[in-house]
Amino acid sequence: MPVYDGKELRIVGFLCNWCSYGGADTAGVARFHQATDLRIIRVPCSGRIDPLFILKAFQGGAAGVLVSGCHPRDCHYAEGNYYARRRLELLKRFLPVTGIDPERFEYTWVSASEGPRWQHVVQTFTDRIHKLGPAPLLSEPLTDAEMVEFQRQVEAGRGCGCHI
Amino acid sequence: MKGLEELKDKIHEILPDLDLVIGWEQGYDGLHATPLFIKTPEDVDRLIIGPLCVHNLATYLPGLKDKKVGVIVKGCDSRAVIELLQEKLINKDNVVILGLTCDGVINLTKLGRKIGSLGAVDDVKVEGEKLNVVIGDQQHNIAFSEVKQDKCENCIYPNALVFDHFIGEPVDRVENVGAEHQSLSDFEGKSFDQRFAFWKHEMSRCIRCHACRNACPMCVCRDHCVAMTRNPHWLSQENNVAENWMFQMIHVMHLTGRCVECGECERACPMDIPLMLLRRQMNRGVREVFDYEAGIDAQNRPPLLTFKVEEDNISEREW
Ligand code: SF4
Ligand code: SF4
Repeated sequence: MPVYDGKELRIVGFLCNWCSYGGADTAGVARFHQATDLRIIRVPCSGRIDPLFILKAFQGGAAGVLVSGCHPRDCHYAEGNYYARRRLELLKRFLPVTGIDPERFEYTWVSASEGPRWQHVVQTFTDRIHKLGPAPLLSEPLTDAEMVEFQRQVEAGRGCGCHI
Repeated sequence: MKGLEELKDKIHEILPDLDLVIGWEQGYDGLHATPLFIKTPEDVDRLIIGPLCVHNLATYLPGLKDKKVGVIVKGCDSRAVIELLQEKLINKDNVVILGLTCDGVINLTKLGRKIGSLGAVDDVKVEGEKLNVVIGDQQHNIAFSEVKQDKCENCIYPNALVFDHFIGEPVDRVENVGAEHQSLSDFEGKSFDQRFAFWKHEMSRCIRCHACRNACPMCVCRDHCVAMTRNPHWLSQENNVAENWMFQMIHVMHLTGRCVECGECERACPMDIPLMLLRRQMNRGVREVFDYEAGIDAQNRPPLLTFKVEEDNISEREW
């Protein structure tokens, strides 16, 4: 498994309950070997995915975001993924202007029976993100000194620094 | 913009049947126009039209939904009215549209860069392609084209697209302008990292005044905006780069397929953040994928409110 700097990267996956989450489960039950960077969030339908979920993940520093739903014509709710497809396609075309490489975002379709396909999708996407490396950050992470101060405040048992 | 007298006559004629007519009047100095709410025949005298009339008055319509309102629109403003009609956010029976033809409006930021200060302008006159700015006993002569708003540079809809009464003669549609403003392809000269750093810097300047949202004719949620809700808590009250960036993402996402590129967000921004780059990029996608422009035909369905089983321009995501 290719590893960036010996570390995992944070990849967020939004999977629909009926197809892709099932597909991931199938892959797991079959004990397929998969990269472990992906954190899965289960949603009822790809149509439930607000493009802002994806941008929020990037805002929080995600290195990549993967969306997967039922194949077109296969949606549990008949047409959720058709709406999703339009939104997600436009989001992907919008990303370049923000400076977030559109390669960091992908959407695809995996059915509940497609365990091997799920393994392939996860591995391919994870490899791609590892090539790109960690995402650029909007806010700098806390420095070591700030962490020490933060810990001191936590130990002081108060929520906010003003009252220590 | 021509036909002030014709417009005034028309307003006198229709005012008795309406609660108010929205137009522009001279503001606190020679440089600023401000929205005018005409309720009595005397108010009509204060009406002005011309290159200072920058405001998209369609923004007021959803808030006045239950009133009988007349509204004066330029070409670009009329697209906002159409989009509002498309989305059934206003009722056509309650609106009387007075359509103008337009030859561009001023960008005050560009003008400020030319004349140094916008502080004490006494008068602004347009004579053909020349703009004459009077400050005390000083005179500045400036080419109008150099201080026009960006949107006017590639405007293909100078005449109101929807109207009950058209004022003046429609001007010819400008040829040889791209649907897309030059600034976007210029911006693409930058690498992804440079673009990201650019927005980090711009968002560090944002003061989260919400002017961009409030000026937007399509931002109709007002006090119910998701940027304000605590549950879900999309944004904190903190004013930092990440939160300001997210606020812009909310605006762009909620305007997908709805933004009529009227440029009001960018014009209203007190920090002169080039917000239109983001909107133009999204609109490019909408044009490419759906061959669609918002606010052109009140019968059109916005692209995100529908779908095709086989999309024309979206390739299936098979790996
Ligand atoms: S986002 Fe900006 S350009 Fe688009 S409709 Fe709103 S104010 Fe106009
Ligand atoms: S108008 Fe400008 S400063 Fe105000 S919230 Fe919008 S981007 Fe920020």
